[in-house]
Amino acid sequence: MAKRVLMKGNIAIGEGAIKANCKAYFGYPITPQNDLTAHMSKRMVELDRVFIQSESEIAAINMVFGAALTGARAMTSSSSPGISLKQEGISYMAGCELPGVILNVQRGGPGLGNISGAQGDYFQATRGGGHGDYRTLVLAPDSVQEMYDLVQEAFDLADKYRNPVVILIDGVLGQMMEPVDLEHDVKKYKLPPKDWILDGCKTREPRSIQSLYMKEGALEEHNWKLHEKYKKMKQDIKCETQHVDDAEIVLVAFGISARVCKSAMQLARKEGIKVGLIRPITLFPFPEEEILKATEHVKKFLVVEMNLGQMVEDVKLIINSKADVHFYGRPGGGLSSQEEIVNEISRIL
Amino acid sequence: MQEEVIIAGFGGQGIMFMGTVLAHAAMQENKSVTFFPSYGAEMRGGTANCMIIMSDEDIGSPVVARPDGIIALNQPSADKFTRRIKEKGLLIVNSSLVTGESGRDDIKKVEVQATKIAEGLGDKRVANMVALGSYIKEVKILKLETLCKSLETLLGEKKKNLVDINIKALKDGYKL
Repeated sequence: MAKRVLMKGNIAIGEGAIKANCKAYFGYPITPQNDLTAHMSKRMVELDRVFIQSESEIAAINMVFGAALTGARAMTSSSSPGISLKQEGISYMAGCELPGVILNVQRGGPGLGNISGAQGDYFQATRGGGHGDYRTLVLAPDSVQEMYDLVQEAFDLADKYRNPVVILIDGVLGQMMEPVDLEHDVKKYKLPPKDWILDGCKTREPRSIQSLYMKEGALEEHNWKLHEKYKKMKQDIKCETQHVDDAEIVLVAFGISARVCKSAMQLARKEGIKVGLIRPITLFPFPEEEILKATEHVKKFLVVEMNLGQMVEDVKLIINSKADVHFYGRPGGGLSSQEEIVNEISRIL
Repeated sequence: MQEEVIIAGFGGQGIMFMGTVLAHAAMQENKSVTFFPSYGAEMRGGTANCMIIMSDEDIGSPVVARPDGIIALNQPSADKFTRRIKEKGLLIVNSSLVTGESGRDDIKKVEVQATKIAEGLGDKRVANMVALGSYIKEVKILKLETLCKSLETLLGEKKKNLVDINIKALKDGYKL
């Protein structure tokens, strides 16, 4: 077995980003993601890369914007209220087609809420979040190893699509420690040349990057192009399935809720209840086909979230009355237990 | 086999370090392991806790609602967590600071004079390792030797001078 190290989720994100050659980290403190900012303040300086604790969240995302313009791999991180502040910058990055990685370690909301884990920002992450009809690719790991792996892929995916990538975790995943294999194989993507960056035009024609399209028809054309890009992202859908083949009911959950569902599934199977699990790893694009395929033999689905019903809307859109879709969730401040989920399964069956 | 434990006490008693040593040792013995701390508002003198799950299989939720065992280093922690212990579970208390009744007759209660023993060793801050040693003896999930090695790794070069006293405390707890 490869050598494993015990690592906190937030730190694994930082180490993964460093491995992916992230050249610049910009952040502003907020719990429960502070460990990452603290870690990067030390590590990035050691590596002679850029670390800036910005004066605000808005400044941090615009620093990512600026670094991305020059072709450098850059990231920022925050927790829910701070991510709300970054939305304007993310919208501009999407409009300008700039790559970058944004980590949201979700806490309870709305407003300041509390600092415990929650999943209330699913809509914000998967619907673009800021103004304008754009999307970000959204990754939702459920273990510290997967956080370490997926942040590396996030930088590749951001470059592949020239688009911001959001990593959506929560306070529990950010704060927990698990063993991590630092040499774990990570998927490498074929990346286009960065022939659009602004790096001085001494020997070539000047370039410009903007999100303003005033000419008649230009904005619509731009938006259609972005739309085609978002459709293309479907080739990189990721999804984990467990025990779906013989299941009489399938749980659908992401991130920390999926971890609780895995425990619930183990408990239920001990009691002889055949429970399966579909865990979307990309929340946008959403794993439609895996869910549709399951409806061929599964007629009951239970969506479990740490909010009062967000991803369930996507699941319902896909299933489109081909099966019953139930929901179990607790809002910010609450954390479902595996026993609660098993009870809900028994109630449904 | 899956073992779930909550370690709790005052901030400053080394609760997180205890949990980290346990989790690290579990990892070294190739187990699946999760460590989840209380976080945010903790400070010296306040209460702190962490939840550790060690298993031979993949672990789902890292949050422990009904633990197999509790290690309580102070009274508020014993008061808060004892009622959550599973039937036939284990309660380890630092009896130097925890004097109240557990109110449970369906669990095993082990009283360890952790602070007193640690003071005897010359530093009451190693009370945490005394209690951890006692836990390992009861639960037998990991080898004492692995924990000693994990202590050395985690204390590292910077705190090398603290390795001996921590190992001694761990072993004294184990011998009780």
